[in-house]
Amino acid sequence: MSFISYLVNGISLGSVYAIIALGYTMVYGIAKMLNFAHGDVIMIGGYVTFMIMSTMGLSPWLGIVAAVVVCTLLGVVIEKIAYKPLRGASPLAVLITAIGVSYFLQNIALLIFGANTKSFTSVVSIPDLVLADGQLTISGETIVTIIASVIIMIAMTLFIKKTKTGRAMNAVSEDKGAAQLMGINVNKTISITFAIGSGLAAIAGILLVSSYPALTPYTGAMPGIKAFVAAVFGGIGSVPGAMIGGILLGVIENLSKAYISSQLADAIVFAVLIIVLLVKPTGILGKEIREKV
Amino acid sequence: MKKKIGMNKSTYNNMITLGIVVAAYIIIQILISTGSVSSLMEGLLVPLCVYVILAISLNLTVGILGELSLGHAGFMCVGAFASAFFSRLTEDLITATYLRFLIALIIGAVCAAIFGIIIAVPVLRLKGDYLAITTLAFGEIIKNVVNVMYVGKDSTGIHFSMKNAMDLNLKEGGDVIIKGAQGITGTPTDSNFTIGIILVLVTMIVVMNIIKSSTGRAITSIRDNRIAAESIGINITKYKVITFAISAAFAGVAGVLYSHNLSTLTATPKNFGYNMSILILVFVVLGGMGNIRGSMIAAIVLTLIPEYLRFMQDYRMLHKRKGAE
Repeated sequence: MSFISYLVNGISLGSVYAIIALGYTMVYGIAKMLNFAHGDVIMIGGYVTFMIMSTMGLSPWLGIVAAVVVCTLLGVVIEKIAYKPLRGASPLAVLITAIGVSYFLQNIALLIFGANTKSFTSVVSIPDLVLADGQLTISGETIVTIIASVIIMIAMTLFIKKTKTGRAMNAVSEDKGAAQLMGINVNKTISITFAIGSGLAAIAGILLVSSYPALTPYTGAMPGIKAFVAAVFGGIGSVPGAMIGGILLGVIENLSKAYISSQLADAIVFAVLIIVLLVKPTGILGKEIREKV
Repeated sequence: MKKKIGMNKSTYNNMITLGIVVAAYIIIQILISTGSVSSLMEGLLVPLCVYVILAISLNLTVGILGELSLGHAGFMCVGAFASAFFSRLTEDLITATYLRFLIALIIGAVCAAIFGIIIAVPVLRLKGDYLAITTLAFGEIIKNVVNVMYVGKDSTGIHFSMKNAMDLNLKEGGDVIIKGAQGITGTPTDSNFTIGIILVLVTMIVVMNIIKSSTGRAITSIRDNRIAAESIGINITKYKVITFAISAAFAGVAGVLYSHNLSTLTATPKNFGYNMSILILVFVVLGGMGNIRGSMIAAIVLTLIPEYLRFMQDYRMLHKRKGAE
């Protein structure tokens, strides 16, 4: 029974990673850049909901909507101010800028909200699910997280496959130049990608701090890195890969926390990543790119 | 035929860089002796040397080899812990401070280099962002493992455990040297600013000479065009492993300097985590890829700016973003 409980919690944590990794992987697919600031958008989302709910005392739904709106705008603004001028610059310059944006967001949060840990009130009001005569308890947060992530994953897959904008994203990530020649507005598509990625990050942030209620300016950093690992794990640039990678990562992390060592859990997650990459250097679902001489 | 006498441009440039370091050392020593250096600044001198060595050694991997490594702090961690362990172990046996520090230095560098090779061999298959995340992962693994490691010594020898200090089963009079998350305490503070500057100079001379040697030319050719380099018979695997090993060895040297500057050594996300690796990368990129002098200046400037901006403390990290753009 305890195994099932660890597994379910792992899937829940993995779902959060998967949602964050979706944003990472979509941005990578289109802009070919690692958006290191993605993790900090999660934290901003958490703080916005916290402000609305605890400071202003308004309803959680309003908090969620506000967080999604703020983070979506934030994503677009970051892209416009920081990344757009660097399009075509060396990948390393873009990476460093992304790290700079990450520090910037962390310190802005530090300035506005202070360094104290804020205890986040969960947005979930569903009671815990008790199964098998009380031997197995699944918290409301876990259920909501898993359901929300399933909905998001289905919606994202449909969005990318069926809608015009989604297909434009695919086209831009395959070949920017050719997409432009076909009449796709590349700049707009990139902005939309950032907007969607950041909106997803806001939801992930709320789900994360609902389950793990300590909110500090650095809350987003480690989940951000883990989600990045998940995206690479599944094959960066691949949307189903991000989902698989995220969930696997969460399950591995939680099971190793439970059965091996809680302090070594991170090390085990990273070790699994290395092993996967050694066997399959482009991740689980990553595309093999042939090198032309 | 007229023989070319004198130094070529790169030698001249390197001499200037070394000259700057020596001049800076002399000026600072004079300032210290006249008492015009605040104790805060004096405490920063050795960390500055540590950062300069780290930046120069990472420049070898990132600037000269052209591979993005985000695990540099991990190598520093290995060097710091290996050397601090040795110094604590032999504190009573070897009383000559400089001899003990020299041996600790070699141990730290060699251990870090071994880890560099261990990491380089598997990651050779990977490229770009995949390599970056793998090196980051290795760095985090090193930090995490160090945090659960317990090593102690008693009359029967050295004991090792991954659980807790009780698990070591030490005899009476035994001494726990590495205490998991509490790290190593009571390391003899053998390093000082003079040693730091000497190590900076050694690092510079070695890296500069590697760049100028045939090895360095082979490494640069791999960076500029891997396929072309391979087709003219350059053994890519060999040179990549060599670069990783040397780069790691000097990160280890920086770690030795770091650990012997403070008496307490713990592996926290702040000093050996990926944030540190990224900070070193920022030094390298800001200073200019492949530019030794640039790395040095960037490391010094970016370490000093936050200190001088303490009066507007809340904003002190905000400038970094501007620097990156």
